Amino acid sequence: MSTYILKRFLQLIPVFLGATLLVYFLVFSLPGDPIVALFGDKPVNEAVAAKLRAQYHLDQPFWMQYLLYLKSIFTFDLGQDFSGRPIAAVLGEVFPVTARLAIMALIFEAVFGIVFGLIAGLRKGKFFDATVLVASLVVIGIPIFVLGFLLQFTIGVQLGWAKPTVSSAATVQDLILPAIVLGLGSFAYVLRLTRTSVIENMNADYVRTATAKGLSRFQVVRVHILRNSLIPVITFLGADLGALMGGAIVTEGIFNVPGVGNRLYRAVLSGEGPTVVSIVTVLVLIYCLSNLLVDLLYGWLDPRIRYDS
Amino acid sequence: MRFSRTSKALGMVAIAALALTGCGASGSATGSGSTGGDTSKVILADGSEPQRPLMPADTNEVGGGKVIDMIFAGLVSYDPSGKPVNELAESIEGKDGQHFTIKIKKDQKFTNGEAITAKSFVDSWNFGAAAKNAQLSGGFFESIKGYDEASKEGSTVETMSGLKVVDDQTFTVELKQPESDWPLRLGYTAFVPVPSGALKDPKGFGEKPVGNGPYKMADGGWQHNVEIQLVPNPDYNGPRKAKNAGVTFKIFQNDDSAYQSLLSNELDILQTIPTSALKNFKSDLGDRTINKPYAGNQTIAIPEYLPEWSGEAGKLRRQAISMAINREEITKVIFNGARQPAKDFTAPVLDGYSDSIAGSDNLKFDAAKAKEAWTKADAIQKWDANKTFTIAYNADKGGHKAWVEAVVNQLKNTLGIKVEGKPYATFKEARNDATAKTLTGSIRAGWQADYPSLYNFLGPIYKTGAGSNDANYANPTFDKAVSDGLNAASVSDGNKAMNKAQEILLTDLPAIPLWYQVAQGGWSDKVTNVDYGWDGVPLYYNVTGK
Repeated sequence: MSTYILKRFLQLIPVFLGATLLVYFLVFSLPGDPIVALFGDKPVNEAVAAKLRAQYHLDQPFWMQYLLYLKSIFTFDLGQDFSGRPIAAVLGEVFPVTARLAIMALIFEAVFGIVFGLIAGLRKGKFFDATVLVASLVVIGIPIFVLGFLLQFTIGVQLGWAKPTVSSAATVQDLILPAIVLGLGSFAYVLRLTRTSVIENMNADYVRTATAKGLSRFQVVRVHILRNSLIPVITFLGADLGALMGGAIVTEGIFNVPGVGNRLYRAVLSGEGPTVVSIVTVLVLIYCLSNLLVDLLYGWLDPRIRYDS
Repeated sequence: MRFSRTSKALGMVAIAALALTGCGASGSATGSGSTGGDTSKVILADGSEPQRPLMPADTNEVGGGKVIDMIFAGLVSYDPSGKPVNELAESIEGKDGQHFTIKIKKDQKFTNGEAITAKSFVDSWNFGAAAKNAQLSGGFFESIKGYDEASKEGSTVETMSGLKVVDDQTFTVELKQPESDWPLRLGYTAFVPVPSGALKDPKGFGEKPVGNGPYKMADGGWQHNVEIQLVPNPDYNGPRKAKNAGVTFKIFQNDDSAYQSLLSNELDILQTIPTSALKNFKSDLGDRTINKPYAGNQTIAIPEYLPEWSGEAGKLRRQAISMAINREEITKVIFNGARQPAKDFTAPVLDGYSDSIAGSDNLKFDAAKAKEAWTKADAIQKWDANKTFTIAYNADKGGHKAWVEAVVNQLKNTLGIKVEGKPYATFKEARNDATAKTLTGSIRAGWQADYPSLYNFLGPIYKTGAGSNDANYANPTFDKAVSDGLNAASVSDGNKAMNKAQEILLTDLPAIPLWYQVAQGGWSDKVTNVDYGWDGVPLYYNVTGK
């Protein structure tokens, strides 16, 4: 088991190098000189521009820039963004906010998705099942920004139940509406996944055996149906945490959440390579770690699964 | 809708990154003038994250500029109509337009207690100009003698020879050549004094700036990407005294969400109503809106380095393009009156503006005359019928697509040529091609005045070799006319000369003026006394609670 975990951690190294290299290259290939853009419509003062280019290593060829960036990572100094602030500090500000948002969305989609999916699966073909299926189809069909604006306007502005944009502190309470919007799409997937899985397991031999043994309906559902049905759902949720963090850009834009997405959006527009790469790299690492966690959860859910080293 | 597109692009970057990682997961989901009102209210306004540390000479964009303007006071500031009024200046005297003696008021202090003397000004300006400090707005000092030596690449000169301290309250300025409108520029934020600590540690200072303006930054007031809190400076006694208990700029990534915030009273002032709300903001907000022209315009610059657009034929073609655009219609239909059709190259709020300069007929829609001019140009040099005339714009902000498409259609219909809008994904790409002079067609250009003067709309853009001369326009007669304006004995003579210079531009049309900018903003029902300045920025110091 521990060898397995160690192996998985070692795999992160090439992933990390590959991700930084690719993202750095993508940002490097973006057309336009970020320093020229800093001057806006104003004439570019070449002396100032040259000085700034040197400061951000923009006068170096690609490989040199990338190696300097790697060096800065290993010395625990990620460099500075254009406003002269350490990128590490920027990451420290934005990630907690987005993590809060993504985890809230994950809890929302997991709890509601699994509960609704389970009920729908157990009452296959009944009214509840049909309603939930149609509703989830609608949610999957509508793009997230349409849902976002819609809920912002109706719940935030017209009904006044929630703030249309989050307050400066981005508290849990402020983030409820954005988290629901962010989690809605995945909620529908979790629901459908749970439902299908539950229906499959209801006809399984061991469920029939359990019922024949005289176990109560509740015990059959909890131990034999639900637990076995959760494996595909957990896989999806694990992968989704990474996707939620990276995919929060649209939601963060609509509700003005001061998180990763907002900062990344600005960094891409202004061509701040190191900021973009640092943010995306952390996202990639989170994605990998949540996948590792999912793989370890399998063993707990289904003892037949073993980790070979 | 700007962020749906970008998020897609960003999503692609993210997906590409994730795909490469091989993490093993399969398929990821993805009103003005009146007084009174409550002075104990903290005003919540919209802002954007400053691009650079908050050093006055290093700030050249609106997000940081708004804050600098409120926490610093220079020699003069501009009143709502754009007239300079003294802040720290006791007097600014100069007879020949080249040598100035500046006296500053006694007993002025920064909020950290440091006294403001003539030396504070001279040191701050020198710091801004010196190449070694790499300040983005250093170019504002270019008229001062000795600027070239200090700002050269690699220069170690740290002072400009044109600045001399006489005593604690007095210093003198010598310009390279006479420029009668130079004192007008002194209200720009690059010219404010900074305390001596700022020059030693500009980066640290930029995080927690210490100024002398109507406001000061609250302790820990700059929460990056979230908000900037300003509180009144009790020691300030200039013309912009705060009438509220502070201003907090909430940082918004897009105007649409700021507008939703305003509708639910979470925000007190929204400087610019987003394009998506132009149709219904008046019914949403009632009389809590403003519609006021400010010193900015929109043009289409046509580079003269393109063969079809040079010489006599090029000039006729530009006139044809200009007369083929129906400005009235676009400002009404596309902008709902949020723009005014242009009648010259400057802006109507400026002192000396005239809407009837000889040649301004070229800016009126006249299909017949447009076609005639185009045919005449064809007689000199044939226009290749397969050629497409492009209008480049940046698609990342500003909402230019709608009006560019409208202009494209008007040109197609009137002139019968192929025309297309050419979007650049980002502003920086567009600027790159413009500064490198590698444009293949026209480009939209906007100008927002840095200081209220006609010259600011002419010299920096159309003088031969000027830094923002995207059109590569070079006309010695025009250069001479502008210099005459700068050398004029009085401001009003200078303005007359500037309008003479505009007559040349209106014939040559290096850029085609389209419309003047109009500030359209709104406020919540918790505040009152809202008015905007000459530059389209709300006069935050004047706003009170209800």
